[in-house]
Amino acid sequence: MAELTKLIHKYLRHDKKFPHVWCPGCGNGIILGSLIRAIDKTGFEKDDIVLISGIGCSSRLPVYVDFNTLHTTHGRALTFATGVKLANPRLQVIVVMGDGDAMAIGGNHFIHAARRNLNITAIIVNNNIYGMTGGQFSPTTPYGARSTTSPFGHIEHPFAISELAVTAGASFVARGTVYHTHLLDQLIEKAIYKRGFAVVEVISNCHTQYGRKNKKGGPVEMLKWMKKSAVRVERAKEMSAEEMEGKFTIGVLVDRELPIFTKEYEKIRQEAKKEYGILG
Amino acid sequence: MEDAVRSGKPVLLQGNEAMVEGALAAGCRFFAGYPITPATEISEAMSVKLPAVGGTFIQMEDEIASLGAVIGASLAGAKAMTATSGPGFSLMQENIGFACVAEVPCVIVNVMRGGPSTGLPTRPSQGDVMQARWGTHGEHPVIVLSVSTTWECFDVTVKAFNLSEKYRTPVIILSDEVVAHTREKVQLPHPQEIEVIDRIKPNMPPEWYIPYEDNARGVPPMGVFGDGYRYHVTGLIHDVRGFPTERPDEIQAFLNRLHRKIYQNYFDIVFIEEEFTEDAELLVISYGSVARSAKRAVREARKRGVKAGMVKLITLWPFPRQFLEPYLRKVRAVLVPEMNFGQVAREVKRINQGMTRVEKLNRIDGQLITPSEILTRLLKM
Repeated sequence: MAELTKLIHKYLRHDKKFPHVWCPGCGNGIILGSLIRAIDKTGFEKDDIVLISGIGCSSRLPVYVDFNTLHTTHGRALTFATGVKLANPRLQVIVVMGDGDAMAIGGNHFIHAARRNLNITAIIVNNNIYGMTGGQFSPTTPYGARSTTSPFGHIEHPFAISELAVTAGASFVARGTVYHTHLLDQLIEKAIYKRGFAVVEVISNCHTQYGRKNKKGGPVEMLKWMKKSAVRVERAKEMSAEEMEGKFTIGVLVDRELPIFTKEYEKIRQEAKKEYGILG
Repeated sequence: MEDAVRSGKPVLLQGNEAMVEGALAAGCRFFAGYPITPATEISEAMSVKLPAVGGTFIQMEDEIASLGAVIGASLAGAKAMTATSGPGFSLMQENIGFACVAEVPCVIVNVMRGGPSTGLPTRPSQGDVMQARWGTHGEHPVIVLSVSTTWECFDVTVKAFNLSEKYRTPVIILSDEVVAHTREKVQLPHPQEIEVIDRIKPNMPPEWYIPYEDNARGVPPMGVFGDGYRYHVTGLIHDVRGFPTERPDEIQAFLNRLHRKIYQNYFDIVFIEEEFTEDAELLVISYGSVARSAKRAVREARKRGVKAGMVKLITLWPFPRQFLEPYLRKVRAVLVPEMNFGQVAREVKRINQGMTRVEKLNRIDGQLITPSEILTRLLKM
């Protein structure tokens, strides 16, 4: 425990005015812990990491940690990340977004970032609700769920974030939860190491908004629900559709080698230099 | 293949192409854009020329993403630009606000076409003057420059990058369909003859660096991601360390500095051009492609014995009040021809305070105002 605390303190910004903005029991703190442990394991220098976020509860995460941090406009984090990565490909770019941020207002940027395949790590915190604005339904709110804008039950159907990322062409896609923290550490670490667009969807709890309105209980009950509902990808393969009813898979969903934008662009540069030698 | 543009000989260039040359000369190494008429040639030329100088061109999924990528690239140390037209410029507003608040240098070209909405994609207009100033929510100053010739497309783009780097602010260039697509002979200067200004970077030890601390210039040195000056960049109102704040004294100090850094450097930012103004009794105030017609009209008027003069506004915002006021005091009347319902005329009337008579001459039909239209009006005034 002491070791763990020391590690967290190595990366926290001590001149930042704490306390943080999150509710007691929020999954965001667990994700931040996982992220710090994963980064520490990869051995990257603080100066080499650029941590970028959009707008929302989880997007407040970068302000607390001692990297190059960029808190962008709502839904646009991946566009800023694209610019950072292209201007300096040596930087290790990690983006943290929520489900509303990445899937609603930023949904278009998300699929195009996946298709473009830059070497960027995208962590999407999925708590099924807009937490910061007070509990409105998000693109991942389940059918029938209550929120402040679906008081009679939600009539839309949710996006499957990871499956969307796979279809859109991401190099690496994984799903974890804030209950399975050991696995989450590994997934984030793998995503950072991965050359290409790497997505980690993290199932998290918003007991304050989602939990309360849908009688899911507090953080403990919601974590227990994750424990019960999550099935390792490897095990899920052996399970029938009926057995998987109401459950979701965790682990690495896709890990494939695809051409990386920056490498492809280097070829364009060589070509252009040949054509317009005087400029080079 | 030899690059004709940099051969030192005169070349025939389109306004949009000249902007690309200006940007490259100023050190632009990143461009993100989305196809839109009449700005597309800027993207096309950038896609050829940027990779040749080791830079990066990227076509994004929309204009919001384009400006997002430009801001990201600038934070990572590249001089960056995007170009668009009305509909795209509307989409860019949220990130223009971000660049102002986070003080990220970048250049945004808006080749104006007829609006509102999809409007008149292939027709000129000057309808975005007020949008360029007030398009975002909240209050912040902004630098807006305009161009009326191919040469200015080159020269003003260099100026835009310089101002942007110097004052850590987005600079908007308003062009229009006529200037963008007119081909003119220009002789571009040798790269070494061009004054290029780069942002001031911190040189103190990283632990001493306070990223948004005020100084005499009002412009803090800018750390670049990866250089060892780790700091927080946010669109939230922030304290001197870059962290979000709600303390009234910090909010006010920040917003005051944001305004001060532009207005205290007014004379460095405001450019105008004058012709026949010394003894002018009638003054034409114009900008963009209309300034070309105005110039011809004023010369014709002089031939006919009318003491007309003209001021061409290159800087539109901050509005060149100090430069115009002396003329407003002495001329008999002012004419403001423009391709909108009178956006700059309204501004001239605001600063005029009853000193002289201000007349408008407007076309909103997608056609350029001709020299004869301006001349006819001048002869009646």
